[in-house]
Amino acid sequence: MSRVRADEEEYWHSSKFRAFTFDDEDDELSQLKESKRAVNSLRDIVDDDDDDLERVSWSGEPVGSISWSIKETTSGSTSSLDGRDSSLQKGSSSYAALPKQASSYSLSSLFKGRNKLSSFQSLSDALTDTGVKNYAPELRRPKAEYKDYSSDWSPKDTVRRMQRGKVCSLERFRSLQDKLVLLDEAVAGHDGNVITAVLIFLKRTLRREILFRELEVRQVALCHLIHFLREMGEQKFLLDLLRFLDRTEEVALSQYREHLNIQDVEKRREFLKGCIGLPFSAEDNTHIQDHYTLLERQIIIEANDRRLETAGESELFRKYPRKASILNMPLVTTLFYSCFYHYTEAEGMFSSPTNLKKTFKIPDKQFVLTALAARAKLRAWGDVDALLTTKNWLGYTKKKAPIGFHRVVEILQRNNAPVQVLQEYVRLVEDVETRLNLATKYKCHDVVIETYRDLKDRVQLTAYKCKVERGSAEEEKINSILSN
Amino acid sequence: LQEHEVEKMFTLKPGRLPPADVKNIIFFVRPKLELMDIITDNVLREDRGRSPQRDFHILFVPRRSLLCEQWLKEQGVLGSFIHREQYSLDLIPFDGDLLSMESESAFKECYLESDQTSLYHAAKGLMTLQALYGTIPQIFGKGDCARHVANMMIRMKREFPGSQNSIFPVFDTLLLLDRNVDLLTPLATQLTYEGLIDEIYGIQNTYVKLPPEKFAPKKQGEGGKDLPTEPKKLQLNSAEELYAEIRDKNFNAVGSVLSKKAKIISAAFEERHHAKTVGEIKQFVSQLPHMQAARSSLANHTSIAELIKDITTSEDFFDNLTVEQEFMSGIDTDKVNNYIEDCIAQKHPLIKILRLVCLQSVCNSGLKQKVLDHYKREILQTYGYEHILTLNNLEKAGLLKPQTGGRNNYPTIRKTLRLWMDDVNEQNPNDISYVYSGYAPLSVRLAQLLARPGWRSIEEVLKMLPGPHFEERQQLPTGLQKKRQHGENRVTLVFFLGGVTYAEIAALRFLSQMEDGGTEYIIATTKLINGTTWIKSLMEKLEPAPF
Repeated sequence: MSRVRADEEEYWHSSKFRAFTFDDEDDELSQLKESKRAVNSLRDIVDDDDDDLERVSWSGEPVGSISWSIKETTSGSTSSLDGRDSSLQKGSSSYAALPKQASSYSLSSLFKGRNKLSSFQSLSDALTDTGVKNYAPELRRPKAEYKDYSSDWSPKDTVRRMQRGKVCSLERFRSLQDKLVLLDEAVAGHDGNVITAVLIFLKRTLRREILFRELEVRQVALCHLIHFLREMGEQKFLLDLLRFLDRTEEVALSQYREHLNIQDVEKRREFLKGCIGLPFSAEDNTHIQDHYTLLERQIIIEANDRRLETAGESELFRKYPRKASILNMPLVTTLFYSCFYHYTEAEGMFSSPTNLKKTFKIPDKQFVLTALAARAKLRAWGDVDALLTTKNWLGYTKKKAPIGFHRVVEILQRNNAPVQVLQEYVRLVEDVETRLNLATKYKCHDVVIETYRDLKDRVQLTAYKCKVERGSAEEEKINSILSN
Repeated sequence: LQEHEVEKMFTLKPGRLPPADVKNIIFFVRPKLELMDIITDNVLREDRGRSPQRDFHILFVPRRSLLCEQWLKEQGVLGSFIHREQYSLDLIPFDGDLLSMESESAFKECYLESDQTSLYHAAKGLMTLQALYGTIPQIFGKGDCARHVANMMIRMKREFPGSQNSIFPVFDTLLLLDRNVDLLTPLATQLTYEGLIDEIYGIQNTYVKLPPEKFAPKKQGEGGKDLPTEPKKLQLNSAEELYAEIRDKNFNAVGSVLSKKAKIISAAFEERHHAKTVGEIKQFVSQLPHMQAARSSLANHTSIAELIKDITTSEDFFDNLTVEQEFMSGIDTDKVNNYIEDCIAQKHPLIKILRLVCLQSVCNSGLKQKVLDHYKREILQTYGYEHILTLNNLEKAGLLKPQTGGRNNYPTIRKTLRLWMDDVNEQNPNDISYVYSGYAPLSVRLAQLLARPGWRSIEEVLKMLPGPHFEERQQLPTGLQKKRQHGENRVTLVFFLGGVTYAEIAALRFLSQMEDGGTEYIIATTKLINGTTWIKSLMEKLEPAPF
């Protein structure tokens, strides 16, 4: 709103009540004041005089000049006429009437005054000390904005103005009652920006217990405050609030979230230790416990392995230098790491895979998969074989893969296992079609041939003959089968 | 901008501002705290040792945020700004029939943090729209957020009666839909051409960045010498004739269109041999620029289609899709899925896992506690315990939840709304289900049923979906009431609160084009999303800011 516009509105509205003469400044001033009083007579605004005086002196315009007033009246009349019409319609029904933005100041106060709504009586302290102080250092602002500080907006209007991005002083809402009305208005407006602004104000001016208590019955505002605190990182305040509300699980989670901001591992470990036993859900609690234990392990393993690596004694570390530290890695990665570097260690060692498996109750599937990948990467085919071999109580051995042998083959193949190794597991794939597919794909000729033989599929077998090398053992094999 | 004596434009980044001989610097930003930090950094570095002081201004889009100002104040730079203003840009036009607010956190804010600011902006945007295109006489909605927006609109209207304008209304109906009414659709992989481009490469503000290899200019003599290393950036919208034609097609139908086009264009180029008279040659030459453009656009899209084809024909894509389709048609949604387990074991991207698990949960009205716990455990063990926070967010948003009450509503919803179609015609679609090759997006089905026969026929199902459904009317002055001519189409504005996918847009466009549809759709949303960006917006930020 431009400065001129603001003046003009006021001017025009006041003039409704009196005929004007444009003699000189002083005269007009007093008339203005008088008319204003008439308007506001139902209310009790003590500081009005100062208000007016200041305003005029700030405007710096030759207020009394005729050209000015004509210009103002003509341009102002259109906009404020709309405003008046609309608010007249509404005026009878409710105080909610907010005339058009441009003319809101005088008209709204006018009708408010007439409606004599009790809730606005308390606003008579419009110009409190704090209010004055607040605008004092802002003198360089254009007058329109300055006016916002000094005028007596209702909570509703204040919210409305803030929604439009105008600066409003909230300081004059002093009683708890006022503040809550203000908050409710803000919430009703659904504009988070305004709600947050009001909340910041309340947070600064209210005692915690009172604020918490009032927010408990105002869920929307509460959510905003929680979000605000989270964004601003006011962790302590947030925890207090959540604790007050008995939202224990949230307390726990948001406390747990904190660990992400801790860079130092030792401190992080300590912090996680503190998180154990917080009121998480039962399920989450075990996870948190595991998280702590895992980090604890990782610290031990890391210290040990770094020493080993720098000392250069271990063959393994020299051949496959570690790409990154194991700290803060997920469990499965840790398991992979331990299968890679510490596979043969006894169960008693913290870094041994079996120990990890036991401690974290890693399911068989997961364990086999990870171990397989790690051992295959090291091309330790013997270990792979051992991993998949189970002995029953009679001492017979049997190959078993909880993940299915097709997956075993996939993993081995990805690690460039030789055909001899691959073949052995392809043969164990149960589903015939998958077996054939895999065998063909990875050129495990023997398996293909045997499968076709078992299927008694001569046609396919003959066709396959051209895929094997001429004069090779495989070709011979096919021939001998075909001739049988 | 040059006309207004703007010297240079910079993208916002931390560190020292690039040198420029200017006095005024304007920051043009979204009100986000991360951005405020960058600005703070800019300003602080700038102030050090510079003789002609610069003036800083800040413009917030769409709203000036008191929170941001508070932040700047705490950083001690608020005073450096001479002007702090806002530029109220609510809805940004993306295409002829598409508007977006581009606020990616809208869904998170509404459902996770119960922050309804974005709804307020949506309502404001709609008011602006009404001021420009006339009051919309009918408002329908489904969901809590939709209810809020409608309430706000009605209130805003009451508060500014002067805004009653005398513009003939363009829109007949406004349909407000909450994203949480249809959580399923964005989780599934989109199968339209545009949808796939977005799924694979991510479309940002109608631009897409593609790997450059396929676009290397094939000129003789310098073959393969200097391959461009920068990603190729392409703008995608309906202004491009070819793209407008294929964007909403199922990807399987795109190939044939492209080859047909290729034939037409080469035939057109062949014509020059037949041109005999001077007049004919002149005519040919005048068509050249248009043909050149068509040819380069064809070349681009053929390359893109090849890139996508590489991925869609991969085994993994197929497996993923199979599982998705099984879930959506209601097969085996109540037990632990092998494919998901395998993906976790192989450490596929976490977002992919989350998409699938959430999809399963939504298709089963929540997972059995045992199944849910199993997934959770596997995810945490493989990807790290800190993701407990993300899982918690997903639970809060209703994407991942234990089944309560032991009833699975999804089959009923699926059957009543015909969400799963077994016979899909991808080439010449006859139903919206073609956009997901079988699954008809729930949200769009709601829009379709609203137009005909109306929601009264599906009361029961609407009750099963979250949030209230409602209808409001806004009175029009008698002079403005539309006298509908026979055969004239109704225009419906569909506003997706919480985001919309390209496939849904495609489905709505398809409905607009149906001959006997009788309804045209304009789409507005808070953000264009796909499953990945959507889940991402709900994930807890695990790494601290990069500076």
